[in-house]
Amino acid sequence: MISVRDVYKSYGEVEVLAGCSVEVRKGEVIVVCGPSGSGKSTLIKCINGLEPFERGQIVVDGVEVGKRGTNLPRLRARVGMVFQQFELFPHMKVIDNLTIAQVKVLGRGGEQARKKALALLDRVGLREHADKHPGQLSGGQQQRVAIARSLALDPVCMLFDEPTSALDPEMINEVLDAMAGLARDGMTMVVVTHEMGFARKVASRIVFMDQGRIVEEGRTAEFFAEPKTDRARQFLSKVLHH
Amino acid sequence: MYELDWSSIPGALPFLWQGMKVSLAITAVAVVAGIAWGTVLAVMRLSPARPVSLFAAAYVSLFRSVPLVMVLLWFFLIVPSLLRDVLGLSHATDLRLASAMVAFALFEAAYYSEIMRAGIQSVSKGQRSAALALGMTPLQAMWHVVLPQAFRNMVPLLLTQAIILFQDTSLVYVSALADFFGAAVYVSALADFFGAAYKVGDRDGRLVEMLLFAGAAYFVLCCTASWAVRLLRRRVLA
Repeated sequence: MISVRDVYKSYGEVEVLAGCSVEVRKGEVIVVCGPSGSGKSTLIKCINGLEPFERGQIVVDGVEVGKRGTNLPRLRARVGMVFQQFELFPHMKVIDNLTIAQVKVLGRGGEQARKKALALLDRVGLREHADKHPGQLSGGQQQRVAIARSLALDPVCMLFDEPTSALDPEMINEVLDAMAGLARDGMTMVVVTHEMGFARKVASRIVFMDQGRIVEEGRTAEFFAEPKTDRARQFLSKVLHH
Repeated sequence: MYELDWSSIPGALPFLWQGMKVSLAITAVAVVAGIAWGTVLAVMRLSPARPVSLFAAAYVSLFRSVPLVMVLLWFFLIVPSLLRDVLGLSHATDLRLASAMVAFALFEAAYYSEIMRAGIQSVSKGQRSAALALGMTPLQAMWHVVLPQAFRNMVPLLLTQAIILFQDTSLVYVSALADFFGAAVYVSALADFFGAAYKVGDRDGRLVEMLLFAGAAYFVLCCTASWAVRLLRRRVLA
């Protein structure tokens, strides 16, 4: 489904991705973790072409991302993305946040888009907030709306960029629950997160990054039971023991 | 000692009102057209295509480096004959109002584009990313997501600029100069509020009183408008 091969990227002198390769199969949930500044967010932003990269190849559902002439808007419409800061459109009602891309990008009719939007709001438990503006919702509710907004386009896979990092602690679980539900339904997901409890429960595989490199990659149970590298061991001891 | 005599003002009010209507019409057209064209220029200025952004940058610095009076004068001299040729109008048609509107719209667009550029840059980059991630093209992201927020953030500044523009309409008095330059084929003179006051005052020999009265009228109008903008700004920020 997603294939990242030997991708390099730098901002001027600073190398942020130094030869990253990952394969994600259909229905897998990959959690990408690692210390801040390790390039996790940059890596998933390369997957839908929001960040350009210099070398290497990324193929999503048969479409090559970095190639000249690739219709990026069309590809992005099939790859959902959820951001750390939610990024709902504050000048539109919740319902319009969910319908605008359906209508303007996919060309669906207004009534069809509205039905789809309401069904998805129902699924994340926020149907009664359809006519509010995003600013009237809590952070957790906004992030659930953002997930529903991505799902409205029927994506073939979903990218999550630290979806709970900007949330108050008591709101983290409602978002993680929505994500776990998606995973159960078979959605292919790449999740950048520090929530190791979520990773342990939901992830098929863990990718551990440090300084722009994928240092370790393995099945979830094995990664938590016996990490192969010192750096992963150090990282886990820091995030798990407190 | 000069004796002030206000007696000629009441009789002049209907004529002054005609002038005020001209001022308001020019302001309205220039604000709407100026914001529209200014927004296009701002988007062009921020475009990654170099020739496009260079054109917008050149346009803005040209109009911001030339006095408004000059621009108006050019337009009074050039646009009427141009429009007549293009539209095939007779020489009797008075095009000075249209010329003034075009000149103000093109001139003010340079200032509005700087305001809109700041407005676009005030919208967080994440908003654009989110719109692109949903499959929107860069222009769709600009139109549906960035511009509405940019516009809302900049409403107080756009209105303040409109108040300045209203005062600047007094400069159409240079249309009288266009006659002087030998283009005197116009039937009626174009007189905005200031021009009307000047004319009546000159005719009655009461120029000082007329101009004091006109100044007071500008002061009251613009002060009230500024105060309304301040109220609005407080409500937008709240």
